[in-house]
Amino acid sequence: MVVIGVGIGIGRIGGSAMDAIARQPEATNKIQTAMLIAAALIEGIGFAALFAVS
Amino acid sequence: MRLKNFAKALILTALTTPVFASSQDSDHSDSDHNEHTTSHQNDAVDTKEEIKSYIMHHLEDTYHFGIWDKAGISFPLPVILFDEGLHVFSSNKFADDHGHHEGIAESSGKYYKIDHAKIYRTDAEGTITYAKPFDFSITKNVMMIIITGLLMFLLFRSLGKSYAANGGISKGVGRFMEPIVLYVRDDIARPNIGEKKYKKYLPFLLTIFFFVWFLNIFGLTPLGVNVTGNIAVTFALALLVFLFTNFTGTKDYWMHLFNPLGNAMPWYGKAVLYIILIPIEILGIFIKPFSLMIRLYANMQAGHIVLMSLVGLIYIFGNMMGGSLSFLLAFAISLIEVLVALLQAYIFTMLAALYFGFAAEEHEHQEEAHAH
Repeated sequence: MVVIGVGIGIGRIGGSAMDAIARQPEATNKIQTAMLIAAALIEGIGFAALFAVS
Repeated sequence: MRLKNFAKALILTALTTPVFASSQDSDHSDSDHNEHTTSHQNDAVDTKEEIKSYIMHHLEDTYHFGIWDKAGISFPLPVILFDEGLHVFSSNKFADDHGHHEGIAESSGKYYKIDHAKIYRTDAEGTITYAKPFDFSITKNVMMIIITGLLMFLLFRSLGKSYAANGGISKGVGRFMEPIVLYVRDDIARPNIGEKKYKKYLPFLLTIFFFVWFLNIFGLTPLGVNVTGNIAVTFALALLVFLFTNFTGTKDYWMHLFNPLGNAMPWYGKAVLYIILIPIEILGIFIKPFSLMIRLYANMQAGHIVLMSLVGLIYIFGNMMGGSLSFLLAFAISLIEVLVALLQAYIFTMLAALYFGFAAEEHEHQEEAHAH
């Protein structure tokens, strides 16, 4: 369950970042940075939950 | 000057990590737990059991450096114990008749035994008393940390020297390292910490980036080390970030913690809100490095388990089809793991820089941000 949630979350972030890059290719660097930070934060929560479960 | 700071930060990391790496109680109970949960999933198939124990063994820290344990190719490491006096002996003393490290070692009248990758005091017959000596041994992980520290020191010292010798142009391996160093400076430190203060934090960020990256890469080599996948190591790294953040915090940083609303609200309104807000902010101080610790540890641990399980699949299938399939899978995952090794180092540094940025913020900075 946790992994499903995290997967959806990171997938959405990645997809939105793709959209944003397609719209504004010149802002790729900034978008990538923001994307990675958000993805990392969600991943962190996912791992914490995994540890709580196992 | 920058090199000097760099060396200082490096020595600091190298000195603090082994201490924590050798006292890893939380890790111990964790791996125990994992073994427990996985043990009732597996059926009586012998290969499965063997693969599982092999993976678990790989994830653990050991007192000898095993290159190829099955063939008995390994070299001993020094065991340093502090137990009513200093005991220093080779880990070969633990070796029993079968070449496993499960025997009893004797050192000036005291007996020790390794149980679940930890050293316990025993009596002469080997009954474990569950008294643990203070363990400062150079284990496999500590050894790798020292090697990485030395490697980084030599690498970047020669890089610094080549700048001086060539009039500001790098050469050799420095050509490869220079863009990475510049990337950390211009794309991680500068935008997150701010133009004024980034120089203060840069040596630490560079050190932690290369340290984590090198150790992650070492974890993918056949040496079989799993340093960043050890929660004690990531705990030490996160602790350094925690200390740096809070000891370099400006007045505005602490104001933001304990008086986030400033003069925007009368005191009775603030009192009601602050009952909730301040505990959350204080918790946040601890959660930030905690998430750093968990993220790096879990990512590397998970990567190692996945890789080794895929390699283990070859033995479970035991035929041409399945074997080549899992080989291809394992190969693909290894390539992804090389990316993850860099990505995790990047994210660790990035988030550390972000937290330093919070700590270094000053008031006029905030107003600038609002004006934009």
